[in-house]
Amino acid sequence: MADEPLVLGIETSCDETGVGIVRGTTLLADAVASSVDEHARFGGVVPEVASRAHLEAMVPTIERALKEAGVSARDLDGVAVTAGPGLAGALLVGVTAAKAYAYALGKPLYGVNHLASHICVDQLEHGALPEPTMALLVSGGHSSLLLSTDITSDVRPLGATIDDAAGEAFDKIARVLNLGFPGGPVIDRYAREGDPQAIAFPRGLTGPRDPAYDFSFSGLKTAVARWIEAKRAAGEEVPVRDVSASFQEAVVDVLTRKAVRACKDEGVDHLMIGGGVAANSRLRALAQERCEAAGIRLRVPRPKLCTDNGAMVAALGAEMVARGRAASSWDLSADSSLPVTETHVPGHDHVHEVGKENLYS
Amino acid sequence: MPCPKPPYAVCVLLLALDTATPAVTVALHDGHDVIASSSQVDARRHGELLLPAVDRVLAESGLTLDAVTGVVVGIGPGPYTGLRVGLMTADTFGLVLGVPVHGVCTLDGLAFAADIDEGPFVVATDARRKEVYWARYADSRTRLTDPAVDRPADIADQVAGLPAVGAGALLYPDTFPVAHEPEHVSAAALARLAAEKLAAGEELPAPRPLYLRRPDAQVPKNYKVVTPK
Ligand SMILES: [Zn+2]
Repeated sequence: MADEPLVLGIETSCDETGVGIVRGTTLLADAVASSVDEHARFGGVVPEVASRAHLEAMVPTIERALKEAGVSARDLDGVAVTAGPGLAGALLVGVTAAKAYAYALGKPLYGVNHLASHICVDQLEHGALPEPTMALLVSGGHSSLLLSTDITSDVRPLGATIDDAAGEAFDKIARVLNLGFPGGPVIDRYAREGDPQAIAFPRGLTGPRDPAYDFSFSGLKTAVARWIEAKRAAGEEVPVRDVSASFQEAVVDVLTRKAVRACKDEGVDHLMIGGGVAANSRLRALAQERCEAAGIRLRVPRPKLCTDNGAMVAALGAEMVARGRAASSWDLSADSSLPVTETHVPGHDHVHEVGKENLYS
Repeated sequence: MPCPKPPYAVCVLLLALDTATPAVTVALHDGHDVIASSSQVDARRHGELLLPAVDRVLAESGLTLDAVTGVVVGIGPGPYTGLRVGLMTADTFGLVLGVPVHGVCTLDGLAFAADIDEGPFVVATDARRKEVYWARYADSRTRLTDPAVDRPADIADQVAGLPAVGAGALLYPDTFPVAHEPEHVSAAALARLAAEKLAAGEELPAPRPLYLRRPDAQVPKNYKVVTPK
């Protein structure tokens, strides 16, 4: 539909420079420039390296997205940007670019929440988000269970990791196994040829008195590392495939079990899974199995939309426009610890009044 | 509009920005002189202050951003996080407006503002971590050395007896006993310098940041061994 809002979204919360363009719930472009290779030798994302890469990549990535979408920047109805949470310096590059872009075009600016964007991106894959929706977000930076009744205004945190993010655990175990960075895809690959029951690794926070929706992967990580070291100390070969499969099973077992339980407890019949770890094949399969058994409809976007990207920011921005949410002001700041309950950062009163006469008509 | 439409004259309107020092500074230059400017000193709020300042300076001049024919931006050296705000803003304006974006070394802007006809003298800004960004100048328009980052004590020999300007000089009187204003760069000076060079047909550097330091990157040691040997 031509009258759906056309929105460009910018995402720079970590190491991906993402620029996406959507019309309502239709994806038009998803351009991403990643600095992951520059971080690989450090075994993790180096904030200053990421920030420098964002500055270099931003303008070319915007141009690529516009070309891919076949639209003119003048036709945009708004510019959305990740205002947080994320790496402070990295976020600032994106927020700065979005502000200058929106200002120069005379379009409203929407600073939005990164986590809410991860949920909203599913609209581009499966259409309008059911209300309410339960969301399990798992990546190198987050592991959260969130309940959303309105993605533009009401996202409630039910649980989160109390130590490491799920993706972080994958990275660390991959490092212990000398498989490189990032760990998620490579462990997934080895695990396919391994036995998930071979080694009984612990399931964190699953006791009867543990918090129902929180996660913990630190103990698991230590247990796996100990197990590997014991093998090495004994001069035995480490069965990489079985370790990968058993470790991965411990992670996805807890994630899916808690997500399904949250759906049942809250009477929610839709579960969406997002974030980089949602690309994990075993997580998808087990979630599917358990959701079917519980009568829950599972929605998982394609892997490219699960990792950090600009399209998810554009998707939430378009929803902000469609629902008439207040735009942000020109002094919007990047907030590295923006709470998930703040789905967007509306401006003060009379947001764009000050500069209106300076903008294009 | 400050000048008639072509073909009668070539209209120039430069928008200058600098966020490489604690100053968030913006100026408009119409080819003759600066017509409006704004400078705020707040090292922690570059991101919040810059765009409202651009908006204000345009409003004061009764102009719109689309009248801008070129963007001038301080490329540092400067602490990275703030430095990128000016560069990212300039790059993005250049993209939307389709106008050239010119870089100017921030230290050159300070040297120009110091208005010293006979040097040599030194410009030094605060690089934090007990270091300064600095360069030597023959006069306000002529830099003698590449911008560098050093501990003041380590360059004492190279700057001995020379007058110095900039916050880096004012901060370390042991190394820079003859330090004076200006403390921070102003976009007005940056714009005047750029306008002069452009009018003379000089090429200005690309708007790429002068970081001068490699990114801090903690290379994790081989994974932490968790069992006793
Ligand atoms: Zn993310």
